[in-house]
Amino acid sequence: MGVARGLLRRIRATGRIAEPAPAAAPEGLPEGVGDLAGSVQVRHVDAGSCNGCEIEIGQAFGPVYDAERYGARLVASPRHADALLVTGPVTRNMAEPLRRTYEAVPGPKRVVAVGDCARNCGVFAGAYGVVGAVGDVVPVDVEVPGCPPPPDAIVAALRGLTGR
Amino acid sequence: MTGVTGALGAVLQVAVIAVGSPYLVGAMRQVRARLEGRAGPDVAQPWRDLRKLLRKESLTPHGTSEVFRLTPAVLVASTVLVAAVAPFLTTASPLDPVADLFAVVALLTLGTVALALAGIDTGTAFGGMGASREMTITALVEPTLLVAIFALSVPVGSTNLGAIVNSTLHDPARVVSPVSLLAAVALAVAIIAETGRLPVDNPSTHLELTMVHEAMVLEYAGPDLALVEWASAMRLTVFLGLLANLFAPWGIATGSGLAGLVLAVIVFAVKVGLLGLLLAVGEVFLAKLRLFRVPELLAGSFLLALLAVAASFFLA
Repeated sequence: MGVARGLLRRIRATGRIAEPAPAAAPEGLPEGVGDLAGSVQVRHVDAGSCNGCEIEIGQAFGPVYDAERYGARLVASPRHADALLVTGPVTRNMAEPLRRTYEAVPGPKRVVAVGDCARNCGVFAGAYGVVGAVGDVVPVDVEVPGCPPPPDAIVAALRGLTGR
Repeated sequence: MTGVTGALGAVLQVAVIAVGSPYLVGAMRQVRARLEGRAGPDVAQPWRDLRKLLRKESLTPHGTSEVFRLTPAVLVASTVLVAAVAPFLTTASPLDPVADLFAVVALLTLGTVALALAGIDTGTAFGGMGASREMTITALVEPTLLVAIFALSVPVGSTNLGAIVNSTLHDPARVVSPVSLLAAVALAVAIIAETGRLPVDNPSTHLELTMVHEAMVLEYAGPDLALVEWASAMRLTVFLGLLANLFAPWGIATGSGLAGLVLAVIVFAVKVGLLGLLLAVGEVFLAKLRLFRVPELLAGSFLLALLAVAASFFLA
């Protein structure tokens, strides 16, 4: 009972920590946004990332940036997903799983390459275990630059997909 | 005239549950988001998700059989049937004789079993694991549901849900009896387990190893997934509606008159909304139980249901 009361006091003292939504309407929506309007389920694929981008994705869906309010939601299965959030340069071991994950997503689908490594292999370019950037393995629709990209950039990219 | 309004009531309660249940899920998510300091998606988000899923490509994994393809339809059909026959808005429904305690619980179990079979049919590790867990829980929940409602039916002398609701309306003192209180607690625990809410199952988990309901539906995509999600939202509404109307049936339409029906819709929405709110707030304070502790909780609720039946014989 004491724990519950402590938690209740915390909830009341904290209130809302989600930052106010920045002015919407990111310019230049990718074409075909209409068929996903307002609801994008996201499956995250780590193709060989250093986990820097994962921390920022976690923040984007955390209470402060709260990407869920724009209709984006992380899901547990590529079958439930509309978009893949791919991080890291694609390593040899992850090239085939990434391709299969892409095939498991029902259309219409989008791929978001998050971070410099996903866009152009970043500091790992030319490394012996790296096949290439995400764009070399599956078609990429949206790119989020940065090493790692800040959460608001990831949220902005997701808002571009949901159109909200 | 009573027949016409009764039929209208039956149609209306299907419509209210079909349209309203995704909003209930949305409202519960919104409440949780607020308490967690988030802004959260608005209450219409589940409908937006369903609309989008219906427009997506339909995929069936290699090696799945008809069981996998038919399950979403069976799930929706059994839930819609319960929504049509059970006394949610009116007790004067022409389908009232079907609303037998055993028939309604059997219909709801049919959906659960179909989903578990579909989970096994995919042949994936997580589908089978989710199905096995769901069956463990169901085996303990179904007797509790039956026995708890049976305790209410003993003083009425009928297992018809409409008759139980009617007799509670005429004898409100029965609601505060030990029988009713024991049965209410037992039924509430059973419903939390059956609809996959905390502390038995976490509806928003992403960890396959902790999933029960989610693990069985991992392979569904597009329109099939939409049907499964819509059906599980309707099942939540149906269970909360049964709980509300068995223990606090006031406001339900009993005879003819459109005004009574309109009032019944409003009262039903308020009652189910309040129960959903209570469930959502409770979930913020709870962590998921370890799977091996779940049978203890459910055995406890079954014991309460059994005590309720015993009390209904001895205290009557």
